Amino acid sequence: MQSLTKRRFGMGVDTVACVGCSACAIACKTENDVPQGHTRRWVNQRVEGRFPHLTMMVWSDSCQQCDDSPCVDACPTGASHVHEATGTTQVDRNKCTGCKACIAACPYGARYVRPEGYVDKCTLCIHRLKRGERTACEEVCPTKAIVVGDLNDSRSELSRRIAARHHRRQKVEAGTNPRFYLFT
Amino acid sequence: MLKNKLSRRTFLSLAGVAGVGAGVAAKTALGITDGFLEDLGEGTVADEVVPTVCEICFWKCGVLAHKKDGRVFKITGNPSHPLSRGRLCPRGAGGPGLLYDNDRLKKPLIRVGERGEEKFREATWEEALDRVAEGFQKVADEHGPEAVGMLYHGAGASFFKTLLHGFGTPNIAAPSYAQCRGPREVGFELTYGEGVGSPENLDMRNTRTLVLIGAHLGENMHNTQVQDFAECLGKGAKLIVADPRYSTAAGKADWWLPVRPGTDIALILGWMHVILREGWYDKAWMQRNTIGLDKLEAHVARYTPEAVFVETGIEPDVIVETAEALSATAPASLVHPGRRVTWYGDDTQRSRAIAMLNALLGNWGRPGGFNMTSNVPIAKTELPAFPEHRPIADKLDGQYIFAGSPLASGLRDATLTEKPYPIKAWMVYGCNLPNVLPNTQKTLDAIQKLDFMVAIDVLPAEVCGWADVVLPECTYLERHDDLIAPWYREPFAALRQPVVDPMGESKPGWWMAKQLAKRLGLEQFFPWENPREMIHARLKASGYNAAQIADVEQRGVILGEPEPLYLPTDYEYEYGTPSGKIEFFSQQLADAGFDPMPTYRRPEMPPAGSFRLLTGRAPSHTFGRTANNSLLLDSYPENELWVNRVIAADFGLLHGGYAMVFGEGDTKTGPIRVKVTERIRADCVYMVHGFGHSARGLSKAHGRGANDSAVTTRYETDPLMGGTGFNVNFVRIEPAPDSSLGGVEA
Amino acid sequence: MQNTTFTELTTTRMNPHVDPGLHIWGWEVPVYLFLGGLAAGLLILSSYAVLSRKKRDLPTSANWAPLLVVPALLIGLTALFLDLEYKLHVYRFYLTFQPTAPMSWGSWILGIVFVTSGLSTVYALYQLPWFANLGLAKMRLLQALRGFAGRHERGLATSNLVLGISLGIYTGILLSAFSARPLWNSSVLGMIFLASGLSSGAALAALMAARLNRDEASPEHEFLVRFDLTCIVVEAGLIGLWIVGLLTGTEAGREAAALILGGPYTAAFWSLVVAVGLVVPGTLEVMALRSRWNSHLVAPLLVLVGGVALRFILVNAGQVSAIAQTVGHG
Repeated sequence: MQSLTKRRFGMGVDTVACVGCSACAIACKTENDVPQGHTRRWVNQRVEGRFPHLTMMVWSDSCQQCDDSPCVDACPTGASHVHEATGTTQVDRNKCTGCKACIAACPYGARYVRPEGYVDKCTLCIHRLKRGERTACEEVCPTKAIVVGDLNDSRSELSRRIAARHHRRQKVEAGTNPRFYLFT
Repeated sequence: MLKNKLSRRTFLSLAGVAGVGAGVAAKTALGITDGFLEDLGEGTVADEVVPTVCEICFWKCGVLAHKKDGRVFKITGNPSHPLSRGRLCPRGAGGPGLLYDNDRLKKPLIRVGERGEEKFREATWEEALDRVAEGFQKVADEHGPEAVGMLYHGAGASFFKTLLHGFGTPNIAAPSYAQCRGPREVGFELTYGEGVGSPENLDMRNTRTLVLIGAHLGENMHNTQVQDFAECLGKGAKLIVADPRYSTAAGKADWWLPVRPGTDIALILGWMHVILREGWYDKAWMQRNTIGLDKLEAHVARYTPEAVFVETGIEPDVIVETAEALSATAPASLVHPGRRVTWYGDDTQRSRAIAMLNALLGNWGRPGGFNMTSNVPIAKTELPAFPEHRPIADKLDGQYIFAGSPLASGLRDATLTEKPYPIKAWMVYGCNLPNVLPNTQKTLDAIQKLDFMVAIDVLPAEVCGWADVVLPECTYLERHDDLIAPWYREPFAALRQPVVDPMGESKPGWWMAKQLAKRLGLEQFFPWENPREMIHARLKASGYNAAQIADVEQRGVILGEPEPLYLPTDYEYEYGTPSGKIEFFSQQLADAGFDPMPTYRRPEMPPAGSFRLLTGRAPSHTFGRTANNSLLLDSYPENELWVNRVIAADFGLLHGGYAMVFGEGDTKTGPIRVKVTERIRADCVYMVHGFGHSARGLSKAHGRGANDSAVTTRYETDPLMGGTGFNVNFVRIEPAPDSSLGGVEA
Repeated sequence: MQNTTFTELTTTRMNPHVDPGLHIWGWEVPVYLFLGGLAAGLLILSSYAVLSRKKRDLPTSANWAPLLVVPALLIGLTALFLDLEYKLHVYRFYLTFQPTAPMSWGSWILGIVFVTSGLSTVYALYQLPWFANLGLAKMRLLQALRGFAGRHERGLATSNLVLGISLGIYTGILLSAFSARPLWNSSVLGMIFLASGLSSGAALAALMAARLNRDEASPEHEFLVRFDLTCIVVEAGLIGLWIVGLLTGTEAGREAAALILGGPYTAAFWSLVVAVGLVVPGTLEVMALRSRWNSHLVAPLLVLVGGVALRFILVNAGQVSAIAQTVGHG
């Protein structure tokens, strides 16, 4: 088991490579037992313009692993919390009452209620990171569009891409400081 | 006294609660509840990982099936397999959705109602297999063994092909030829002397300018090709997409050419015109490798950018610009040959035009173009010779002389017309014919002429409802199939082996074939107990020792020694054409009375108020095979009708509302969800193929979305090789009657 | 028309609580918010009666209002409990305090409110003439609690006042703390809910006063009417400020405001919340104060309806409001 000390994991999606195939979403489903009719991971497509002058952006999306997580702030029981070692936001299902404050708090619609009654979302496959494996979505992606890495490590693939590529983040005005980067 | 006690007790319990609260709060703050990860049970670690080969589509990626407590909970790409390279498309990842689909056929079925009523009774394997053998034998006795035909799709068909060849019939065809990539193979064969095969020999990862004509990579999710596509884009390749619809690929293109449907040949000839006019080609390479360049130059002289603009709607300067971009990076420029190319009936000529344009770019055997391939030679099982037989019945004398493989649509026609001779029995393997061959009514009429039909399938698709006997095959995760060893840039032989035992009474195809062989006196064609034994024997005969054979079962694949991918620049390659060179001018076509060089003919315009129906793929689905897969339905639950925004407004269609689609006669389909969009021309509409299932046994797919096959009644047959172009259907659209199903003005 | 461009956004996300729009809270939360506000108003009223030494002049407020606090909160909390998706973990609210989570504040405030208003309830019960005859009244525990409450009447009233104000404001903060829901994201919401709660409390007390005094105009009734009228005016002003704040804030705020200014919630908001809940009862109360014409029941009932409507419309419309999907920089 790898020791994960004081890292700040984030995710990047290369929107040039991403074709929106949903392999990530399905792999996540089977890896993390996501119930039918619910999604931890999904695909967005944005097309702008007027025929025939159109532009498109396609990307795989999920919880943004915010630095200033409104879901953690809003949780009354501490179920939604920051996992110290990885810096990721996680949900302790033993503490979740299903009050759904976190779902209201999340501007990205990343959370859902499992049929069992507690709230769930992308965990950045922390159980795999601990074993030194890549996340299920990163591993399966046929276009290598997804990269997960430690933002505190300037040599990680993610940090390098952020330094080298044009990038954007989503709903920054919500004050969430997301650790999810879209490379354009 | 009591008062004091009570107040003390009250105080103590209050304090106690506070204490517990504080204690737990302290625990939380110290992160001791990190233990939550242990009881998460998230993403269980497999206790067994079995390599095998996927068959959710027909690319056949190597996969790893992860099992826990005997249950396959996830499927990932096999890092050792050259097609998946450890990565997977969504459909492969959704394999468990098929494996555990409760609608799967579990027992053999024998029809009790009329054909098409989907009324069956369960039967034992004994009875069902006896019926099939009987059915075939009767037909053979009356009409000859050639009167038994087989229509199939999938790797598992190999055992049945052996069976029927042994039975004495040549009438075995896969729709994947005449209804899919056949025209492309012939177009390239006529030009280069060989086709592009599957997986195609494209060195796309090194391409610097890529042209996709209708090929919607990214929605077509052939794993390796999408990997290569992303790789070349990541390296800065320029992308030109010619498509009436703004596909995902078009969304990444440097140039999107929204061509008028049916005018692609004009565009391609226009590009050739510009390249030749400007001299943007390697003259020495042309000299060494091609013949007929001067004839071509004369032929394309009239396809000026201005003339092509009139036909295609693409501006002249864009045509010149894109021709320039293509030639600038030649020979690392590639025009993708397409996949399902049966569009307008002149598809062989269009594929030939694409082949010729590639030749002008000089990319055959060059980096970024078409690479050389090799294979892993595996000894075949020694079998007795197949009996002699009459010629195959898929075409009449003198028809489709350039066809290189049997025509499934031809076998259907022979069944209907009884010419050149009657076909009275069908075996249908893994192929949902009513939704595959254009003009469903013809298919159903042909079925009604049969004395006997057996369908072998995993799910109760529509075709099963028309069979006399239905044999339940287990999924690819539950069986051995023959070794899969294609010609590829990295030669390999992959092993499909069972991961779990078959569900219910479903059985592998090889077992059914052997059982039928027993009953038909053809056991000599199956001289092995089971495929594992067969495969071991073949590997041994090919020189592999026991350790290596065991390794194959561990890793799922044998990797061969790759041969050079590229031809040395000065190499005199012997092309398989009559002239030995790449033929810009095809004498054999001229001799047969066809255009020796592709010529453009203006396509039919849709009648007023109608739209050309275009179809394609969704990345998380494979035709109609996955419409019942609960894992995949979450990504794409129903198909949508793409309608141009202006047209939608004219016809009262709302985005998110539902529409009915009307074809020829009284054919119709729907309701289908409407996607009002800027992403498509105003003269066509588009939907993903494979929805609108009517089979009652497909509980999740039934009634979901619309079935384009229901309104695909017209088709144009390619005179060179018999391919059926079916992008020639014009449909009318109307809001669905129950428009209270919602919708908003876009 | 020729110059417009279109944006087409598709997603394959399909979480029932979030798609096609946020839908996490149904009737349970608005009911709780209303009853919480009502309880807060009743607490504040009864505290005022005690602290301003006007118990004799305001008997309903002092003695009857407190009796309704616990029932109101019990119903409200039951509604909240029903809303939980994992009810077995409800005790988790009380194993920790999360200072950034208004819900955590709320659970603890409610916990303490139950204790203090429980005491007030016991005390008020013993004020009822018929209660003393019940066997229940002879319980030593109750008598002890009553005595405690009696000895610390002013202290209890002070804490009820503080808790009532906290409760009233917190029900608004509960919503306004969600920056992801622009319609709610205004600091004024806490005060709106407090004013509304006070108004509802006063209205309910006025209803009770009218019943108890058998339709005779009493000084308390007049006081309550004035009090309610003041609350209505303040609430109207605060709602106005809230809308102005949305319109002069961010794009997201403007889009949210559009929901009640031409959007799907316009009719409901202006008719039920503003007309029925504020303008009509306010006018009736003005008329009542001027001309002594009293319809004791109509105005308070309208106020209560308006209070319920305010919570329902705000909770539903707020879930529709969202920060639009744009992809910004950085």
